[in-house]
Amino acid sequence: MKHKTFFWFILPTFLAMLIFIFLPIISIVLQSVHTPHENVLITVENCDPFGCKKVTSIDHEATKNLNQSEPLGKFVGLDIYFDRGHLAIENFKLIWENSENIFSFIQSLSNLPFYKAVFFTLTFTFTVTPIMLLLGLLIALGVNSISKKLRGIVIFFSLLPMIVTPLIGSIILFWMIDSRGIIGNLIQWLINDPNLSLKASTTLTWIMLIVYGVWHAIPFSFIVFYAGLQTVPKDQLESAKIDGANKFEEVIYIIIPHLMPLITFVTLMQLMDNFRVFEPIVGFSAEAHATSLSWIIFNDLGGETRQLSAAATSSILTIIGVIILLSPVLVRTWKDFNFKK
Amino acid sequence: MNLIKYAFLITSFLIFLLKNSFACEIKARVSVVGNEFPAIQTVGAGAKKCKGAEVKTNLTADHQKINVAGMSSEPAEYTSAIVANTSIVALLNNDLIRPLDDLVKKHGSKLKKNQLITINGKVMAVAFMANAQHLVYRKDILEKLNISVPKTYEEMLSAAKKIRTSGLAKNPVGGAYKAGWNLAQEFNNMFIGYGGKHFKGNTPEPNVNSDAGKKALNMMKSLSEYMNPDFLTHDSNATNAEFRAGNVILMNMWGSRAATLTDADGVSDAVKKGMDIAGPMTVGGGNIPASTLFWDGWTVAKKISDAEAEATFIAMMNGINPSIIKDDKVRKQAVWLLEGYTPTDAARGVFAAAKMNTTPYPMLPYAGLMHSAIGAEIADFMQGKENAKKTLSDIEDAYRAAAKEKGFL
Repeated sequence: MKHKTFFWFILPTFLAMLIFIFLPIISIVLQSVHTPHENVLITVENCDPFGCKKVTSIDHEATKNLNQSEPLGKFVGLDIYFDRGHLAIENFKLIWENSENIFSFIQSLSNLPFYKAVFFTLTFTFTVTPIMLLLGLLIALGVNSISKKLRGIVIFFSLLPMIVTPLIGSIILFWMIDSRGIIGNLIQWLINDPNLSLKASTTLTWIMLIVYGVWHAIPFSFIVFYAGLQTVPKDQLESAKIDGANKFEEVIYIIIPHLMPLITFVTLMQLMDNFRVFEPIVGFSAEAHATSLSWIIFNDLGGETRQLSAAATSSILTIIGVIILLSPVLVRTWKDFNFKK
Repeated sequence: MNLIKYAFLITSFLIFLLKNSFACEIKARVSVVGNEFPAIQTVGAGAKKCKGAEVKTNLTADHQKINVAGMSSEPAEYTSAIVANTSIVALLNNDLIRPLDDLVKKHGSKLKKNQLITINGKVMAVAFMANAQHLVYRKDILEKLNISVPKTYEEMLSAAKKIRTSGLAKNPVGGAYKAGWNLAQEFNNMFIGYGGKHFKGNTPEPNVNSDAGKKALNMMKSLSEYMNPDFLTHDSNATNAEFRAGNVILMNMWGSRAATLTDADGVSDAVKKGMDIAGPMTVGGGNIPASTLFWDGWTVAKKISDAEAEATFIAMMNGINPSIIKDDKVRKQAVWLLEGYTPTDAARGVFAAAKMNTTPYPMLPYAGLMHSAIGAEIADFMQGKENAKKTLSDIEDAYRAAAKEKGFL
C-alpha cells in the first residue's frame, strides 16, 4: 500500500482512537495525580426537623478562590497510588516485615482492598480462561460430530448463556443458588447438610463466581472454535486416518495446530474480559467475599463519596494490569511479525 | 333527568380540572431528580401538575450517582434534587444548592418551621418526611411464646434464643446486613446506641476505634448468629421478603417500609395479621436508641436563573401541598412533616424514634467517607476473619486514606 493511501485508510480509525481512547486516558492520568484542594472547615449551626446542632461544614467562600486558580486540584504526584486504598506501600512493607511465611503474608495482604481485589481478579482470570477454552473446544468438537439436522438447534441452545445480559444472568442464578432456591436446595440435599449456604462462605462464593464466569463465556469460545473447525482441511484428516491415527490423535496433531491462531485470539479476548470482571460481583451481592478492580472503581464513584482521584488511580492500575497480562501474547505476535518480515 | 345528571357530572369534572390546572402556575422550566420510593413519587407527581412551563422528573434509585453531575453544569440540568440528610452532603460539599430564605418568605407561608433545614442560618432544603429504623415484629409468635416486646437489643437476643428453641423459626432475626451501605448503617445505629462518636469533637479525625465500637461489632455478631446465614447479601428488600415469608420474627427495619410491608402477593394471613411495629431499641443500658433519624426534602439548584429557581420552588411547594395527605393511600406512604398530618398506625415507630431523642444522621461533609469505609471493612469481622480491634483500626485507616484524598485531613 502506498503511504498516502495508507494514511487516508487509517485516518478515521486513528481519529476515533485518539478521541475515544487516548484523550480519556490522558484525562484520568491527570486526575490520578491530583486531589481536591484542602477544604476550609468551619463550625456552623444547622437546624433540621429534629432540632439545631453545631456541626462542621465546608467554607465555600474560602475554598472557592483556590478552586478557581487551580481547577485541577492539588498536585500530589503518586501519593494516591501509594495510599492504603491502592498499592499501600507502607502497609505492604509492614506486612512484609511481620510475616513469618508466604501464606501469612498473602493473608495479611488480602486485608488491603487493592490486593484483595487483585487476588480475586487474577484467580478468576486464570481459572475461567483455561476451563472455558477447554470446554469450548470440547463442545465445538461434539457439535461438529452430531447429525447436521440437529446442529442448528444445538448451536442455538449453546449460545443462550451469552445472550443473557451478565447482570440479569447473575441475578437469576443468585436466587437459584439461594439456600431455598432450586440449585442451593439440591446441593444441600446432595451433600446432606441442610445448613449449607453458598453465599455465606468465601470459598464457595469464589467457586460460584468462577462457575458463572465459565458458563457465561463458553459460548464465545465454542462458536469461534466451531467456525474454525469448518476450515480444517479434509485431506489432512483423511491421510491421518490412513496412517492409523485415532480420533484423539487427530485432535492433538491436526485440529489443535490448525486452530492455534483462533486459540490465541480467544485467549487474548477472554483474558481482557475476565480481568475486568464486574457484573457477577454486583449480581451475586458478593462484595463481602470477592471484589475486583472494576468493582473498586464503581464503588469509589458511586454513593455519597465520589472519590474521583481514587477511581482514576484504580483505572490506571487496571490498564497497567491488562498490559502486563497481555504482554506475553503481544511479544509473541511482535516476534512472529518480525520473523515473517 | 339523566341529562341533568350528566351535565352536572361534566361541569363538576371541568371545575375539578380547572381547579387543578390553575392551582399552580409557573413561568420557567422545572426538572427534578430524586429517589423513587412511593412518597417521593407522590411529590414528583404533585410538582408535575403545575402549568405554564415544562416540569420534568427523573426519579430513580441511582439519583445519588447523577445529581451532582446534573447540577454542576451551567445552567444546571436539574433545578431541584430530592435528598435526605445523607445525600444533601454531596450537594453542599460541591456548593450546588442555593439558600431559599427569600423564596420561603415569598411562597413558603404554608411551611412549618421544623420543615426548614438551615445550615449556618440559611435555609438550604425543605423537608417533607421523616424516617428511622425501628422494631418490626410478629405479635402472634411473641404472644404464643409469652415473650414481651423487646425494648433493647439484649432482649431481642434472648427473645431470638427462645424462638429458635421453640422451633417456630430457625433464623428469627432479620436485618439489612448487606456488605456496604446497609451494613455500615446498622453499625452506625449500634455504635450510637453504645454512646459512640464517629469523630473527635468537631474535627474530621476518626474516633470509631473505641470501646463503643468494639461493643457494637460484638452485638452485631451475636445478632447475626440468629440470622439467615446469607445475611451479608441481604439488603432491606431481601430482609422484608424474609419477613413476608414468615422466616423472620424480629427485625430492625425502615419506617418508610412499614406501611406497605405485607402488601405483596402471597403473604400468608398469619404474617399479615401478626405483623406489628414498635419504637427503636436501645443497647448496652444506654438511653439513646440504637437508630438514626432521617429526613427527606427538596433543594433548589444554585446554577440556574432566579426565574427557574422561583418556578422550581413553586412547583415543589405544590408537590408537598398539605392537601395530598387527605388521600389515605398517600397518608400511609410516609411520616409526613406536613401541616395537618396525624400519624397513621404505620408511623408509630418513627414517631417513637423522634420522641426517644434518636440521633439524626450527621450532615457532616466527611460522614459519607466514614460510612463507606465502615461498609467495606466490617464484612471481614462479620465473617470471623479478623477481630474487632483490627477491623476498627482498618476502618480508621481506610477512612484516613479517603479523607486525605478529598482534602479533609
